[in-house]
Amino acid sequence: MSDTRADARAGALKDQSMVIQKEMIAAHYERLERAPETGEPVVYTFVPGNLTELIRSFGCLPVLPEINALQSGMRGKSRDYIAEAEKHGHSEDVCTYVKCDIGMAMAGNIGPTGTKLPKPDLLLLSYTGCYTFMKWFELLREQYDCPCVFLHVPYQGEGVIEPEHREYMVRQIRELVIPALEKISGRKYDEAALCERLQLSVQAEDDLVWVLESAKHTPSPIDAYFGAVYYVGPIFSAFRGTPEGVSYYQALRREVQERLDAGLGPVAPAGPLDNQKYRLVVEGPPNWTHFREFWQMFADEGAVVVASTYSKVGGTYDFGFRHNPQDPLGTMGDYCAGCYTNHNLPNRIDMLCRYLVDYKADGFLINSVKSCNSFSAGQLMILREVEKRTGLPGGFIESDLVDPRYFSAANIKNRLESYLQMVEARRGGAREARAS
Amino acid sequence: MSRTAIVDWARGVYEDLDFTAARQWLADHPGRHACGYLPVYAPREVIHAAGMLPVGIHGSGDIEIIRGDAFYQSYICHLPRSVVELAQSGRLDMLSAVLFPSTCDVIRNLSGMWQILFPQMYVRYLDLPQVADPQMGAEFWRRELDVVRRELGRVAGIEVTDERLRASVALYNEVRGVIRGLYALRGAKPWQVPTEELYLLMRAGEVVGPEKFLEMARAYAAAAESDDQRVRDRTRVIITGSFCEQPPLGLIKTIERAGCYIVDDDFLAGNRFLTGDVPLDGDPLSALAEGLVRGAVKTSVLYEPDPEGKRNLMKNRVAAAKADGVIFAAASFCDPALLDRPMLREGAEKAGIPCIAFKFAENSGQFQQFREQAGTFSDSIKLWGDA
Repeated sequence: MSDTRADARAGALKDQSMVIQKEMIAAHYERLERAPETGEPVVYTFVPGNLTELIRSFGCLPVLPEINALQSGMRGKSRDYIAEAEKHGHSEDVCTYVKCDIGMAMAGNIGPTGTKLPKPDLLLLSYTGCYTFMKWFELLREQYDCPCVFLHVPYQGEGVIEPEHREYMVRQIRELVIPALEKISGRKYDEAALCERLQLSVQAEDDLVWVLESAKHTPSPIDAYFGAVYYVGPIFSAFRGTPEGVSYYQALRREVQERLDAGLGPVAPAGPLDNQKYRLVVEGPPNWTHFREFWQMFADEGAVVVASTYSKVGGTYDFGFRHNPQDPLGTMGDYCAGCYTNHNLPNRIDMLCRYLVDYKADGFLINSVKSCNSFSAGQLMILREVEKRTGLPGGFIESDLVDPRYFSAANIKNRLESYLQMVEARRGGAREARAS
Repeated sequence: MSRTAIVDWARGVYEDLDFTAARQWLADHPGRHACGYLPVYAPREVIHAAGMLPVGIHGSGDIEIIRGDAFYQSYICHLPRSVVELAQSGRLDMLSAVLFPSTCDVIRNLSGMWQILFPQMYVRYLDLPQVADPQMGAEFWRRELDVVRRELGRVAGIEVTDERLRASVALYNEVRGVIRGLYALRGAKPWQVPTEELYLLMRAGEVVGPEKFLEMARAYAAAAESDDQRVRDRTRVIITGSFCEQPPLGLIKTIERAGCYIVDDDFLAGNRFLTGDVPLDGDPLSALAEGLVRGAVKTSVLYEPDPEGKRNLMKNRVAAAKADGVIFAAASFCDPALLDRPMLREGAEKAGIPCIAFKFAENSGQFQQFREQAGTFSDSIKLWGDA
């Protein structure tokens, strides 16, 4: 048994894996800060559809602007950054990740950990599942005056990856992305090195899926939404295809196995969540500015999240996808096209329904964020459709990603409590029906 | 046909949210079908070549939204809720297919909603090519067009041959030519072509067939050329940012009455998305694809590969239209327009071009604030600018 749980009971509220991850992130940001001296090229790219193995096979360092934004939100810095961007003409209506990132750049590009972020040598615009990405990097290109290479990932409008779309992605990676990386790195494309990294990815992906699926147990040893945002951190960002990433997921798996063996729940902000009264599925990204408060609202009610869609924005590994080192470019195309927000609404509904059944959930909640139309547009129909198909109750709460002005704690708490009362009432109804 | 009669006809088509003109077309053409499309760009030529009536779905203005609001949160633009309202109230039941172009994530997700809500309709999400390499983009888009050709042909029960496609391309070359001519006439003599009238004509063209549109648009052009109107001392402005959700007609009138001549705009940009004629020789789908990849209008919904492109866009448009200033008029919560605006505005202001910006919704009913803003803008240019 790791020390973490004992520490948590004593008031320290982090899993050991969280501590490891924090150190990994800090080391990465420090390495980024030194990049101008070390000469390591820096590539800005996005979480969904990121080509981390490829980037790193060229000796480049990835920067994920969404991660910077959410980290800034968690550390209480996003309000000022957003205000700075709005002062420069960015609309209050648009994505707050974008405004937070631009505001951060305007304020000197000091990253969330306090180190200076280097300018990009390349913007790798992996256009996967989010229209705003395109505008975001057009805006950053204005800011940094650097080259931008566009990878167009077709949307799964028909619910499948069409073979011609896959070929189109492979061709772009081969003919546009790789030459752009060769140019900034001064290295030739090394397929063997890429395949080695992809093999490391598979190991981490296997462990991540094992961890996520551990929530099928009762009690669940993890929170698959609030806890999972930590679990997916390394694999969705700079560490997929790295030895550090593999080690992290091995450590995480051991930690979760220990909890599973002991019949324990996850560690929520104010302590272990062992008394799990409600098992929920959650759709949509979390709020970052009040993340721990938001999580604790659930924990206070005894609600544990057993599956979430947000933890699939960087890959739907639990539906079987693994990077395939035998087909390095094709597998990257499959990966990009398979990220959650690149699936059409019927697929998203199917996934939610499957989660509700597979994880024996009591119901599902949608956290609809103002910033993200990719997630949010259509969620009210998703709510009705999933309820109709599963007969399980759905709840709807609203907040934002990193704009604290849109987080109303009282309102969210009220809705959450009402929702859980509804779950309770349904249970009572089911019990009565069974009794009669 | 008189100018007044043409404008009255167009206004009737525009205001008719039961799409009677489209229904009448279907009644007049037994066995044929209608295919809707959302903003901004859909290949109408392919729809037409399948023997179908292309019908633009541009929202429903200020009608009361009852069902549509149940589908969308308050922070999502108005267009999709009014489109859902139209559909849920049966006003779009004459459509056999609907195409959803990759304008933004809201329209993208609406395609999935449509698949669930209206399983009897053919639905296709059109992923416009965004890649910077034109050859790769054209090959990708040609394949997408081929899917649409095949699928619409299946729905219509027609084999969409190359000959049919070429005939439709030729017809839409004429349509684009007439629209370019009307826009050029308005640019040169905006007092002869009030934007209110031009807009109504364009809206009617989204519902009636291209043949009927050509007839009416040519008649209007002839009438507008010959019907001398008084020249007024107004400021020449470009309206930009209204390519998807459409402004209420009252807003267009308000801007004009506030002392502005609108000499360029991006209302209903899909009808002139291809800026040149599409060649009629060779493979028609390749020609259409090349027309989009190499000749699309500069717009927020397509990636701009040129790093100078955004900075220079308004400067170039202002020069081409001989405009005095730019009004950024975007729909509330319109990601493409609002995310582009800081780049476009900065480029314009660096070039010394006066700008103002406001937001609207298709159901905006109060225009006083717009009148004051546009009026003050116009006055300031007249008093202190070079106009």
